[in-house]
Amino acid sequence: MIASFLAVKRRSPAHYRLRRAVVEAGSLLLGAVILIWVLIPVYNMFLVALNAEGHNEFTYEILPSHPTLQIFTSLWNADDEDIRNIWPEFGNSIFIGLAVMVLTVVIASLAAFAIGRMRLARDWALSSAALLTYVIPASTLIIPFLRIMHVYGLIDSPLGVIAAEVTFATPYAILVLQHYARLIPSELDDAARIDGASVVQLYLRIYVPLMAPALAAVGTYALLFAWNDYFYQYMLLQSEKHTTVAMALEQFFDDDDAPWNYMMAIAILYALPPIAVFYALRRFMALGVTAGGVKA
Amino acid sequence: MSGVSDAFAESGPSGPAALGWPRLPRWRGRLHGSDLRWSLAFVAPYAVLFTAFVVYPFGYALWIGSDPKLYGELLSDRRYLRAAVNIVAFVGIAVNVQMILALLLSGFFMRRRLWIKALLAIYILPWTLPAVPAYLSFHWMLVAYPQGLADNLISLLFGIEGPFWFNRGWLALGCDITAAVWKWMPLWTLIFLGGRMAIPQDLYDAADIDGASPYRRFVHITMPLLANLYIVSTLISAVWTFGDYAPVLFVSAGTPAFESEVIPTLGFHFALDFANPPLGIAAGLSVLPLLVPIMIVLMQRLKATEVQL
Repeated sequence: MIASFLAVKRRSPAHYRLRRAVVEAGSLLLGAVILIWVLIPVYNMFLVALNAEGHNEFTYEILPSHPTLQIFTSLWNADDEDIRNIWPEFGNSIFIGLAVMVLTVVIASLAAFAIGRMRLARDWALSSAALLTYVIPASTLIIPFLRIMHVYGLIDSPLGVIAAEVTFATPYAILVLQHYARLIPSELDDAARIDGASVVQLYLRIYVPLMAPALAAVGTYALLFAWNDYFYQYMLLQSEKHTTVAMALEQFFDDDDAPWNYMMAIAILYALPPIAVFYALRRFMALGVTAGGVKA
Repeated sequence: MSGVSDAFAESGPSGPAALGWPRLPRWRGRLHGSDLRWSLAFVAPYAVLFTAFVVYPFGYALWIGSDPKLYGELLSDRRYLRAAVNIVAFVGIAVNVQMILALLLSGFFMRRRLWIKALLAIYILPWTLPAVPAYLSFHWMLVAYPQGLADNLISLLFGIEGPFWFNRGWLALGCDITAAVWKWMPLWTLIFLGGRMAIPQDLYDAADIDGASPYRRFVHITMPLLANLYIVSTLISAVWTFGDYAPVLFVSAGTPAFESEVIPTLGFHFALDFANPPLGIAAGLSVLPLLVPIMIVLMQRLKATEVQL
C-alpha cells in the first residue's frame, strides 16, 4: 500500500496511468497468446472429429464447413467395423486406471508412513531409491519385462500391466506423501502412542485421515499416469479382449488407412475422465504439486 | 485457478506452508519389537514390487547389455549416432525452454485477476490430456501437408505455403520438442507458482519501499529463493525427458528415414521391429553415462535440502 502510494508520489499521475495501461495491454496480449498456444491442438481434435467425411481424405479447413456429430453417434452405437470394440476397450482402460490408482495409494502410503513417521529408515534414502526407478530407460525393459511376466504367469494379463504401472507411479507418490507428512506434527503420534495406540491404529486413525488431501492428489496422479501410459499396455497385452483405448489409438495410427475422425473423437472421449477428475480435485492437485515440489 | 491459493489456506493442521516447514526430529531412536515388525510389514508391499519389477528386470537388462560387441555395433550404426545427437538436442532444448517459460509465466499467473485465474484453469489442460491422443493431434495437424491446420493457419496469416514439417530431420525434431513443451510446461508452471506463493509477501513489500523495480525484485528475491526448486525441477524434468518416447513416437514418428528418432524410440525399433532386443537394450543403457551424473546431483540436492520449497 505504502509502496504504491510512494510510487504515485514520485512520478506524475499521467506517467503512472500510462504505465498501468501498457502493463494491462501487455498481459491481455500474453493471455491471448497463451490461449491460442494451448487450444490449437485441442481445437484440431474437434475439427477432425466433427467432420464426417474426414476419414482419410485431406478435406481440411480452419473452420469446419459442415460440422456434425455423426462420428460421435457411430461411436456410441459402435456400429462401424473400425470401432466395434471401443466400449470394451474403454472398460479395460478404466479397470486398469482404477486399480493402479487404488493400489498406488495403498502401497505408497504404507511405505511412506513406515519410513517417514515410524522412522524405519532415513527419509531421503527411500526417496532416492524410488527415484532411481525413473532413470531406467524403458527400451531396456522390453525383453526383461516379457520374460519376468512369463515367470510370474502374468503375460497378456491386465494384472501384469497394473503391477508395472503401480511400480512406476509409486515412487512419485511416496515423494509427495513424505513431503506432505511434514505438515503433520509428530507430537500427534507421540500422544497417541502414550494412550496406547498400536502402529496400525496410528496409520488408520491419524495418518490416513490427516493425509486425505495428499492421498487424493496422489491417487489422481496415479490415474493420470495409467491414462498417459501406452508402453506397458502395448508391450504386455496381446489379445483383443484386453486391448485398451491407448492401444487402439496406436493401432489406428499404424494403419495406412487410418480413420482420423474416429481417432480424434475417441481421443476426445478418452481425455474426458482425467480432466473431470483433475478439475474436481484441483485444490488437492495443486497442493500435491506444491507439497511435493516435483511432478507426476 | 483458485485452487493454488486455496490449497495454501488449508494446507494441513500446522497452517499455511511457509518457507521452513516443521520437521520431524531427525531420529527418534531405533524401533523395537512389534513396532519394527509392523513397520517392516508396511514397507514390504513396495519392497516386493521394487524387487520384482525394477531390480530383477533391470538386472536382467544389464546382464544382456553387458556384451561390449553390442556397443561397437551401435557406434557403427548411423541411425544410432543421429539419435544420440537428437536426444541431447531434444532434452537440452525442451527442458530448458519449458523451465524458463514456466518460471516467467508463473509470475504472470500470480496476478490477482479473475480472468487470469480462469486462464490458468485452461492453461493446465495440456497436462491433463492423455499423452497419446494429444500427440496424435499434433501429428495430424502437421502431417496433412499442405492442408493441416498448422499450414492452413500459416497461409491464412502470412499468405505463404507452410513447409512439409516431417520432410527434414531437424524440423521434425523441432515439432516433437514443441509438442513436449506444450504438454509439460503447465506442470512446471504450477510448481513454480506454488514456490512463488510460499515466498513471504513482506520481502516484496520491503523491496517496494526501497524502490526496487520489478526486474530487481525478480533477480534479488524471487530467483534466489526459487533457485533450489528450479534446479531440482530441471534435473527431474531432464531425467523424465531422457526417457520420454511419446513425443517422437507419435508426433514425427521418427521421419524422415530415422532422422528425428531419439534413443528411446530407436531402442524400441531395434527391439521390436528389427528383432534385435539386445541392441535395443544396449541403446537404452547407452544414455546412462549422461543420466547417472544428473541423478547423483539430484540425490545430493534432495539429501541436503529434502526439497524444501
